[in-house]
Amino acid sequence: MSRVLPTLKKRATLLASAPAQRAALAGVPLERSFEEALEDAGLFPLKPTGIDILQLNVGRKCNQTCRHCHVDAGPDRTEMMSDDVVDRCLDIIESTPIGTVDITGGAPELHKRWGEIVIRSKAAGKHVMDRCNLTIMLLPNYHYLSDFFAEHGVEVVASLPHYRSRQTDSQRGEGVFEESIEALKRLNEVGYGVEGSDLVLNLVTNPVGTFLPGNQAALERDWKRQLKRLYGIEFNHLYTITNLPISRFLDFLETEGRTHEYLEQLATAFNPAAAAGVMCRNTLSVAWDGKLYDCDFNQMLELPVSPRAPRTIFEFDQRRLEERQIALGPHCFGCTAGGGSSCGGAIA
Amino acid sequence: MDETYYRPSDLSRFGEIGEEAPDLAKKFFDWYGAVFEEGALTTREKSLIALAVSHAIQCPYCIDAYTSESLKNGADPEQMTEAVHVAAAIRGGASLVHGVQMRNHAARLGM
Repeated sequence: MSRVLPTLKKRATLLASAPAQRAALAGVPLERSFEEALEDAGLFPLKPTGIDILQLNVGRKCNQTCRHCHVDAGPDRTEMMSDDVVDRCLDIIESTPIGTVDITGGAPELHKRWGEIVIRSKAAGKHVMDRCNLTIMLLPNYHYLSDFFAEHGVEVVASLPHYRSRQTDSQRGEGVFEESIEALKRLNEVGYGVEGSDLVLNLVTNPVGTFLPGNQAALERDWKRQLKRLYGIEFNHLYTITNLPISRFLDFLETEGRTHEYLEQLATAFNPAAAAGVMCRNTLSVAWDGKLYDCDFNQMLELPVSPRAPRTIFEFDQRRLEERQIALGPHCFGCTAGGGSSCGGAIA
Repeated sequence: MDETYYRPSDLSRFGEIGEEAPDLAKKFFDWYGAVFEEGALTTREKSLIALAVSHAIQCPYCIDAYTSESLKNGADPEQMTEAVHVAAAIRGGASLVHGVQMRNHAARLGM
């Protein structure tokens, strides 16, 4: 079993700092930059198609410390969205036509106003997605989550790197697999992911290593058969997400001396069709401190939205944000490699 | 010694084999691609078969390629190790079953 280490912040390593991460990525020589790859595909400058999804990263606290986490989330993190920022986000959710609220973290359910965000977003007619690590559902005081999800029709997007324990525990910590299976059974019990129910349970798998995810549709068919056969578990869709070279995954690559090899693999697999559908084109990401980003990955690298656009939630202006030019870097090759990768899985 | 018969970088040059016989190479690579598409077997199962065969024929290029493909297609190290044992068992069994031929011949030569 590989050792799951504390957060980079707790270890006070160099790569706990976003500028150090950006410098490490910028120092990797690639045949062409991401901007050049987009230019060749006729997609530069990259512009949004709209803002369909407001993704709220409500905080970096998490009960797990997964080895690949791009947030560097963990139990020792204290950054949580303030009341002012939550209030402003709710104002926007209630007053704009943005259709989807995507709540992430850390473990978003640990935020004291998480439930209120769900309830008010649903009341405003929004589709609500919760990015759930599953084990949170087994903590004392959080057993109510499965019923709460069901009562409010929340789409649960749950992380599970593999349908067998070894790979899952290797990435997410010892014992995580067993607890995740228990949590999935609870979700099935209240109607999530089962035939005839409209309660949606989607699973997310990240490769446990430095390889790209395989074909999402083929993996989904295999996962459905295996999870049903082994544990009687059902779910709706499997999303494959490429590991982005940020925070703890970047730390792993740097420690192993494999950053160049990994980035080259991503760049070589650049797929123009995936590039056209990247999530930053229809998503706006809000950080715990109210700053705005093109995506959660840019948020962790502290690569803010264009200086010509409003840069905090307090200055939110949908029209100006929809006209912004999306901020890019070498890490963006992670979303355009092979079948592509987004918070909703493969793109092309 | 720098020179070796097998160089990992040669794997990515596989396509160069088509330079002398492009029509044959095209037929091979098209067929090869079709073989590994999902069919009655999943892509994971096909990758595991390829991984096992790679060990049976002891092809280092294939071992690297199908270790990556197996992981990518959702296999885990336990499944991959079992696949290698299947290959090893068939190789070992193939040697051992020839012991019957040895026994037949020994019986003919003996008294």
